[in-house]
Amino acid sequence: MVELALPKNSQIRVGKTWPKPAGATNLRTFRIYRWNPDDAQNPQVDTYFVDMDSCGPMVLDALIKIKNEIDPTLTFRRSCREGICGSCAMNIDGHNTLACIFGMDEVKGDVKIYPLPHMPVVKDLVPDLTHFYAQHASIMPWLETTSNTPAKEWRQSIEDREKLDGLYECVMCACCSTSCPSYWWNGDRYLGPAALLHAYRWIIDSRDEATGERLDALHDPFKLYRCHTIMNCTKTCPKGLNPAKAIAEIKKKMVERVL
Amino acid sequence: MGYKTDFARVQGLGTAGDGAHHWWLHRISAVAMIPLTLLFIFPFARTLGNGYEAMIATYSNFGHALVAVLFFLVGFWHLAMGLQVVIEDYVPHKPTRVVLLLGNTLFNGALAVAGILAVATILFRA
Repeated sequence: MVELALPKNSQIRVGKTWPKPAGATNLRTFRIYRWNPDDAQNPQVDTYFVDMDSCGPMVLDALIKIKNEIDPTLTFRRSCREGICGSCAMNIDGHNTLACIFGMDEVKGDVKIYPLPHMPVVKDLVPDLTHFYAQHASIMPWLETTSNTPAKEWRQSIEDREKLDGLYECVMCACCSTSCPSYWWNGDRYLGPAALLHAYRWIIDSRDEATGERLDALHDPFKLYRCHTIMNCTKTCPKGLNPAKAIAEIKKKMVERVL
Repeated sequence: MGYKTDFARVQGLGTAGDGAHHWWLHRISAVAMIPLTLLFIFPFARTLGNGYEAMIATYSNFGHALVAVLFFLVGFWHLAMGLQVVIEDYVPHKPTRVVLLLGNTLFNGALAVAGILAVATILFRA
């Protein structure tokens, strides 16, 4: 639903400024969104100072340092710290990306960190991705076949396998979907770039036998056609993938069926 | 919120089985508007400032009248389809959405018919 102003209970207050680490000379300022579901307060932006001489180069390094050394209540998701799990997706300097592979040298001035946009917040930088995951499940992200299962394996040529490049690498971090205005306004019905990229990954899999059913399931003004090729998804993808192109390919397949 | 599962919420009322036709027609009409706009705009611009007689003379010509009719027909059709998408995007309140969608169809339909009638009146004035 279109909201041009934040609802009253989401309006951000000025938060706490945490003390500077003693003896540090190379400080970097972090302004981080905080919201605690337990204290009935509006969200706030806290200011932290991190000693860059004893901190790794990535934004996640600084977040972990803050949690370890300054404020243990700062809450965020992280796991692999190498861009493969998709857990630490957040909005850094106005850009949805993975904190673990986003270098602080790419940010000028203070490092501003918010949760992924337009998602319900669980706490601090942790968004509620329940609906996002259910949308992924709805596109049947598995090989769907009718033929008898072969004794050894479902075979695929090298050329057909190459068609999955640029699609299978998606780590479901939700950076793309939460950067999409169409997903902000109609995310309850629009599947969003991440789910649609996965849908296309199975539509063009040469081994899959449910291409028609997959296209049928997407043939909907909201599930698929809310994409207006805004391209925020492609611009923001931390893995360098192109969901906008995948969606365009699905739209082409839809027309191909009737031409 | 109730106790609906996340999956049931995503499924909603299911797939409408619609949308591809609208999308394709929107593209086709967009492409058609390129030559139609060029063919319409030049003869029309020539009549501007030259008075009533010039307008009558231009649209008494069958070719110019045909282009003008197609321009109004395809143009307002394309506009209505585009505005429909804008309304669906930005108006979440269902009753308001339905009223606006109806209004969109009627308004653009009326404009197209008005344009076509105007040209037809000149062409068949006798």
